[in-house]
Amino acid sequence: MTAPGAEAGGRTSDLLRTSSQMRRRQRRGLIARFALLGALMVAVAALVTLIVTILNSSFGLVAVENERSPEDLVASRGYPAGTALGDLTKEDLVAILEAEISTNLGRRFEREQRFFSDRMVFEDLYVLNDLCMTDDPPPACYLRARSHSQVEALVVERVVEPTIVGTWSFFSSVFNRDEVEAYAAEKHPYAELEFRSWLSWDFVVNPQSPEPAIAGIRTALLGSLWVVLITLVFSFPIGVGAAIYLEEYARESRLTAILQTNINNLAGVPSIIYGMLGLAIFVRTLEAITSGSFLGTGGETTANGRTIVSAGLTLGLLILPIIIINAQEAIRAVPGSLRQAGMALGSTRWQTVRSHVLPNALPGILTGTILAVARALGETAPLVVVGASTFITTDPAGPFSKFTVLPIQIYQWTSRPQDEFRNIAAAAILVLLVLLLTLNTAAVILRNKYSRRTA
Amino acid sequence: MTTVGKPEVNENKRVDLNVPMRTATGPALETVAMEAVDLNAYYGKFRAVRDVNLSFRDRQITALIGPSGCGKTTLLRTLNRMNDLVQGARAEGEVRFHGQNIFDASVDPVELRRRVGMVFQKPNPFPKTIYQNVAWGARINGMKQDLDGLVEHSLRQAALWDEVKDKLDQSGYSLSGGQQQRLCIARAIAVKPEIILMDEPTSALDPVATLRIEELIQDLKVNYTIIIVTHNMQQAARASDHTVFLNMDSDRAGYVVEAGTTGTLFTRPARQETEDYITGRFG
Repeated sequence: MTAPGAEAGGRTSDLLRTSSQMRRRQRRGLIARFALLGALMVAVAALVTLIVTILNSSFGLVAVENERSPEDLVASRGYPAGTALGDLTKEDLVAILEAEISTNLGRRFEREQRFFSDRMVFEDLYVLNDLCMTDDPPPACYLRARSHSQVEALVVERVVEPTIVGTWSFFSSVFNRDEVEAYAAEKHPYAELEFRSWLSWDFVVNPQSPEPAIAGIRTALLGSLWVVLITLVFSFPIGVGAAIYLEEYARESRLTAILQTNINNLAGVPSIIYGMLGLAIFVRTLEAITSGSFLGTGGETTANGRTIVSAGLTLGLLILPIIIINAQEAIRAVPGSLRQAGMALGSTRWQTVRSHVLPNALPGILTGTILAVARALGETAPLVVVGASTFITTDPAGPFSKFTVLPIQIYQWTSRPQDEFRNIAAAAILVLLVLLLTLNTAAVILRNKYSRRTA
Repeated sequence: MTTVGKPEVNENKRVDLNVPMRTATGPALETVAMEAVDLNAYYGKFRAVRDVNLSFRDRQITALIGPSGCGKTTLLRTLNRMNDLVQGARAEGEVRFHGQNIFDASVDPVELRRRVGMVFQKPNPFPKTIYQNVAWGARINGMKQDLDGLVEHSLRQAALWDEVKDKLDQSGYSLSGGQQQRLCIARAIAVKPEIILMDEPTSALDPVATLRIEELIQDLKVNYTIIIVTHNMQQAARASDHTVFLNMDSDRAGYVVEAGTTGTLFTRPARQETEDYITGRFG
């Protein structure tokens, strides 16, 4: 107590002096911190590379060679230079077709679908009328006449006949444009260089085609939506029902413990195994049902059991444990005091569950379901086993149709040798990513809304 | 209200339950609303309540006091079989209500809970509007006519009507803690119970809100039998007609030490244990 200031001062300087042990601890902390930062950087770099690669292939320059240049065609109908093909009247477009394609081909087109409702161009009217009397009338007998844009598409496809003879990635298109132009001028002197976004509205709504320039993902997109719809209809009620039973009714016992463990494990089973299961059960054993033949429509498809229903049910099995676990968690998060309050008023267990537990758990259940559906949307392996078609140009007509889905379509395109397929595969990946991102955003919004309400 | 730990002493003092429980008019009869006979409550192998023999008087307030963990809440929750909902909980012995043992297979616990309501420690209104909080219980019990009148009547009885009559469509959570607890009482009243069990209903409330609830309980006694668990001895002394003191053994099983009118128990306790507890020497 003689010199408190000195004593305190001495202690302070002791405290602040870094010992060698302290320096070692600090150094270790620093190393750990940089290691963690490094891990984050690697993860971010991987993600950025992925996105950049996809974007790089989705947009870029293409060299297009036309069999007939559109300018010539426009000029041949007496339009001033600079008029686009689409600005021509339907009559002019049909006249171009009349001049450029063979009469036989024209007849075939006209039997498929008439050009004008009031007159014939290639075919004689009485021939078509005779055909319409037969048992198997051609589509032209009942379809409306071709629209302006349909005729225009036909002109482009059959007369202009554009072929893509070279493609370049986004980066070389932007940063090395001169080199690209020089190369194209030398290699493809008749080709025109244009910037093409492989991802376009046409790409989304066009059907699958062997020609990458006009191929689209409509068939695959519709297939994906159909399959996910079946998946949802199957697994949502069953999954939520099972979760409610496990959480609200089942007593804790050895049996429920075993069940719970198994459900948790099933959520981690590789998806290809679900594919094998789906093949054995839905495609083979239940073929009569999944092919739709039990409805008496037999012969509608040649899909046997390899239909949308089989795929949907297989993916339903795949996400069932995920939905159950998520729903269980959401139900468990509902405070027990609500259940007690309900039961103490003389309600049955079901009345309490229906009026209080489910409404409060619903946002959580929906969030989990959306994430599970996102998983189903991206699954490829089980559907390969179940028998998704790799090349199909007809839209799915219903649950008993043959089908393909987006990931399968992407997989099939990436395995093609031509460059252009890689571009449309990248564009399809973008569409899939946008779909998944939308679903995940919806889940996040739901969750935030929910947590704000309970706070 | 005479009860002791050993049943044989109590035998001849049991009230015949076949006398009419209620009369439509007239003052509360000095009858028994509910009676526990040799009641034991277990959680798995653990015995939480041992050999309880108690009668609860009709339209009187009975307070259960005792140290933490002595089984007051377990005893209370056994009386309307809320403990059935707890995994591993079971009861032995009898609880007689209208001459029937509530543990009989023929007794529907759902109907029992309708007639023996409960108010919990922490206010737990439903995350719904004030109106729906009160009306829900009635609706699920099939009382469909004049819900508006029932809601108003219940809220008036719970002394909450004047505060909420203009915002019946607001969430129950928009109310203060004390108001929420009164809403819970209104909710319990709305299903027309005969007995209301209260498990430390004021422990989460401030002194002013506590006082309001205590006053409310006094008003409710005209129509309902009330059994209240409390940690607060002043509350028991202020607000109850009868008091039961429970304590626990070395094996942590709760048993009834002494029961009697509140005045007697607090001023002239028969047992040393009781005196030690109420004078604050332990517990």
